Amino acid sequence: MLNKQLTAAEVVARLRDGMTIGIGGWGPRRKPMAIVREILRSNLKDLTIVAYGGPEVGMLCAAGKVKKLIFGFATMDAIPLEPYYRKAREAGLLELMELDEGMFEWGLRAAGMRLPFLPTRCGLATDVVKYNPELKTIQSPYADGEVLLAMPALKLDVALVHVNAADRLGNTLITSPDPFFDNLFARAADACYVSAERVEEKFALTGDQARFNTFERYLVTGVVHAPGGAHPTSCGPEYGWDLGHLKKYNASAAEEGGWEAYTKEFVACTEAEYQARNGGLEAIGKLPMPIF
Amino acid sequence: MSQNTEFTLAELMIVAASEAWRDNGEVLASGIGVIPRLGASLAKLTHSPELLMTDSEAYLVSEPIPLGPRGDYVPKFEGYMGFDRVFECVWGGKRHAMIGPTQIDRWGQTNLSCVGGDYSKPKSAILGVRGLPGNSINHINSFFVPAHNSRTFVAGEVDMVSGVGFKDERWEKGVRRDLMDIRRIVTNLCVLDFEGPARACRVRSLHPGVSFEEVQESTGFPLLKADNLGETVHPTAEQLEIIRRLDPHNARGAQLKGNPPGIRAAA
Repeated sequence: MLNKQLTAAEVVARLRDGMTIGIGGWGPRRKPMAIVREILRSNLKDLTIVAYGGPEVGMLCAAGKVKKLIFGFATMDAIPLEPYYRKAREAGLLELMELDEGMFEWGLRAAGMRLPFLPTRCGLATDVVKYNPELKTIQSPYADGEVLLAMPALKLDVALVHVNAADRLGNTLITSPDPFFDNLFARAADACYVSAERVEEKFALTGDQARFNTFERYLVTGVVHAPGGAHPTSCGPEYGWDLGHLKKYNASAAEEGGWEAYTKEFVACTEAEYQARNGGLEAIGKLPMPIF
Repeated sequence: MSQNTEFTLAELMIVAASEAWRDNGEVLASGIGVIPRLGASLAKLTHSPELLMTDSEAYLVSEPIPLGPRGDYVPKFEGYMGFDRVFECVWGGKRHAMIGPTQIDRWGQTNLSCVGGDYSKPKSAILGVRGLPGNSINHINSFFVPAHNSRTFVAGEVDMVSGVGFKDERWEKGVRRDLMDIRRIVTNLCVLDFEGPARACRVRSLHPGVSFEEVQESTGFPLLKADNLGETVHPTAEQLEIIRRLDPHNARGAQLKGNPPGIRAAA
């Protein structure tokens, strides 16, 4: 039977320097952090990261993995500003394609539908166009003649997303309140690797459960069993973000040698050790959902 | 209705913010941040019950959710609105958002991206443009400024134009401008709009004890006075009661430095 199960290390071994990697989730929500930590441990470099950015963007920047960032924001929500993203950007270390959130979605959609671009009004009359001179406008061929922005496809080499459950065939379920745009990341990529809280041999779902499947298994190249794998970001409804951890991470950016100390404690170790240093998997599973 | 003199500046601003959503019709009201959110919530519970609102996560609620830990309060869901659908709502123009940009200029252009220095090496990186380009060109927007000064209300253009405004030169021929609409800016000093000649920025009302001159001195570009420039309307007892119920932990009290009173004490 089809078995797509891999380890995070096996996924990262398939990645190459210079790749364009899309990362699903949103800010500090449902980020495939177990795989991201494995990237942090690797020698990968010169990556183009495409993300609705959270701490994964800051960590990859801090580790010097990011050549170019394609994004609409980088935030940890409860901590609005992402410290290591800011450091990297303020040091002039990043090439940027800074996009409106909706333009970003449109680029992923275009890639998934194998279109060169999709038209939108978003971004017109702003500096998004000025700082991304590759963005062109196009005139509607119909009677209205409206001038629109032609948002180019954001084609990904690889997409990494974290889901609530998967099976070994590559079927996935996202039962979090918001699936965000993970389906579009999967469609826009040549290869999509999912990490999952739970992995089953083969799903046997009710119709109600099956509605949480948001993209097809032919899009999924590999499945990683990673319980707690979104930590320190949230994975509703299983667990909330770890604000204590995020605060510590945030504070490290202001300390001399802070990233090195963070890395020593939370990256240079196995995932089991990582979980133990965060109170254990059981404690991670009990992190409360944030209250808005 | 009884006259209140006991209210905070934050409460005055919440009431002023709520007015931005009056007569908008059946649109999604998105108040981002404590004071805008309480403003939108107050609007829905008083003059504009037709407004749509989310739980700030992914669900539409029929009643604004109180801020912070809320005991046994159960949200009253009436539908679903994940980010995918929020974007569809944005592009369809059925939304009025109020956010707090880092910079605003005389044309109503806003910035959330970076400040100072060069774009490729800014003095300060903020959030990124987020949804501002799309929001600003597609639906009604208002702004919230907790500390009115010339660092926020800049002379010249904002450092990185993230949200569109009324500057003609920015609009290529053939681009639709009629879908954008900037309504109000609620600050700690006053309420502003862009309803002057050629969409010039005007002071619409001054908060109690604030002079037009003080507002002008705190703003990097020239301001006009609205014809009927008056004092920002004080909260009623009913409005204050609703605000206290929506914000039981007094998050609003931490939004402005020192949580000043609504009526400024004479110097």
